[in-house]
Amino acid sequence: MKQIVVISGKGGTGKTVMSACFAVLARNAVLADVDVDASNLHLLLRPEIQERHIFRSGLKARIDAKKCTGCGLCLPHCRFNALYEDKEGKAVVEALSCEGCGLCYHICPEKVIEMETQIAGEWYISKTKYGPFVHARLGIAEENSGKLVTEVRKKARELAATEARDLVIMDGAPGIGCPVIASLTGTDLALIVTEPTPSGRHDMERIVGLARYFKIRVACCINKFDLNLENSEQIEKWCREQSIPVTGKIAFDAAVPESVVRGVPYVEYTSNSSVDEIRRMWSSLLELIT
Amino acid sequence: MIISIASGKGGTGKTTIAVNLALALQPNHAVQFLDCDVEEPNAHFFLKPRIEESREVFTPIPEIDENLCNYCRKCAEVCAYNALAVVKGAVLVFSELCHGCGACSLLCPEKAIREVGNRIGVIESGRAGDIRFIHGWLDIGQAMSPPLIRALKKEMDPSLNVIIDVPPGTSCPVIESLKRSEFCLLVTEPTPFGRHDLELAAGAAKEMKIPCGVVINRASLGNGDGEVRDFCAREGIPVLMTIPFDRKIAEAYSRGQTIVEAFPVYRSAFLSLFENIKKLLS
Repeated sequence: MKQIVVISGKGGTGKTVMSACFAVLARNAVLADVDVDASNLHLLLRPEIQERHIFRSGLKARIDAKKCTGCGLCLPHCRFNALYEDKEGKAVVEALSCEGCGLCYHICPEKVIEMETQIAGEWYISKTKYGPFVHARLGIAEENSGKLVTEVRKKARELAATEARDLVIMDGAPGIGCPVIASLTGTDLALIVTEPTPSGRHDMERIVGLARYFKIRVACCINKFDLNLENSEQIEKWCREQSIPVTGKIAFDAAVPESVVRGVPYVEYTSNSSVDEIRRMWSSLLELIT
Repeated sequence: MIISIASGKGGTGKTTIAVNLALALQPNHAVQFLDCDVEEPNAHFFLKPRIEESREVFTPIPEIDENLCNYCRKCAEVCAYNALAVVKGAVLVFSELCHGCGACSLLCPEKAIREVGNRIGVIESGRAGDIRFIHGWLDIGQAMSPPLIRALKKEMDPSLNVIIDVPPGTSCPVIESLKRSEFCLLVTEPTPFGRHDLELAAGAAKEMKIPCGVVINRASLGNGDGEVRDFCAREGIPVLMTIPFDRKIAEAYSRGQTIVEAFPVYRSAFLSLFENIKKLLS
């Protein structure tokens, strides 16, 4: 079984639109949305949720205000500024800042601090007309997005194994931090969707660096390449120097946002030269991983 | 005043709005610009600051003194992040999992753990015209950006008009960036993706009790901005600015040009955006 992840560094370059196109073009894949922080792929794949699971992860301190003697011992030790003193001199937890390390719990002489497991989100197994789909929703302001990504990926691989599907296609998150690292490790190919802007180009260089750090093979897609032909040429040149295959150059098309508004993968929404280019790109990606 | 620019979804125009607001304010207001997207900082492409200072940022990670350690396993027991493991005759430290909480060193009965610095990135500061500019770079391969964002925000000077460019998403890096903000501008676009993520971002601001307002970027995309406006009306969030979709703006952006540079008529729109935020807060 092979795994492809679609990432970009910069947000809004077209990861989800491409992922949905691949979901249509792949014949025997499991689909996964590993952008658990702001997931969008479900808006194009229109899943029918079949299983819903609670994601429990991370701890937060809770102080029993009745029993706290206000000794203040815990206050200076919290490195996350999550403890403060209330009007009566008792310690209070600021839940949004608490990272659940448990230091206060361990040093409280009165044993009035408890560490509680958090419900950090939900994950789902769904049916779509393109194949099974694993997705998730991280609770607002929650941590542990990396762990939820790992959970979604594990489920997607298990589904691929039980249903004899040979490919997992993952729609990734922006950035280069913990959820992206969790989505990248152990994949067979990372497709980097970029755009011909200074930010797109620069963020691609950082994400290529990250993929190389984890020894993951990369390919590049220049989306909206005709917005700035000169920048697109520079990206192609840079990719050549880095031996990164440019597998697709997709022209700007107002039908892309229209397809998103209709909730339909772009390759199903219309037929034109950009759609043909995406089909060609998909074939090249398959060649790269076989 | 501290104003954060956030969005949930990436690529809706956070940096564009933040940079143009800063440039519009610059002639008559003292502005400090913080680019808190330390994973993919981009504001410098448009503000073109002259960097005057650069410093490395470290987080504390444990180092074991093998002469004092008796392998009692206390450190591994208290570590909430599984960053320490005790195997036969050795303590293993997994620095990428460590949050730097200090529990292991404080609670080691043998006092065999001291903390050493683990580099996670750099912070650079300088000036873009009269704008005081600060951004950070997370080192490639580092998973956790919040400690770097915390270090960056220590440089914040609330006596100035602070504009914070927030990373995409709604999880810990976003929360860290939003802390202490007096107002949060949410930038969205009228597509199902933009709207869906706007709801998440508005939820995060609400959770943090930060008043917010919306900027609708590329307002003429898709079916137009009707549904975004309905959502804002339901939630009582004011729509403070709309920018129509214009391929010329996208092309200017691709050349590293700002809106107020390429289309000076927008300067007054960004100024009234600022005045409206001030009115909302007074």
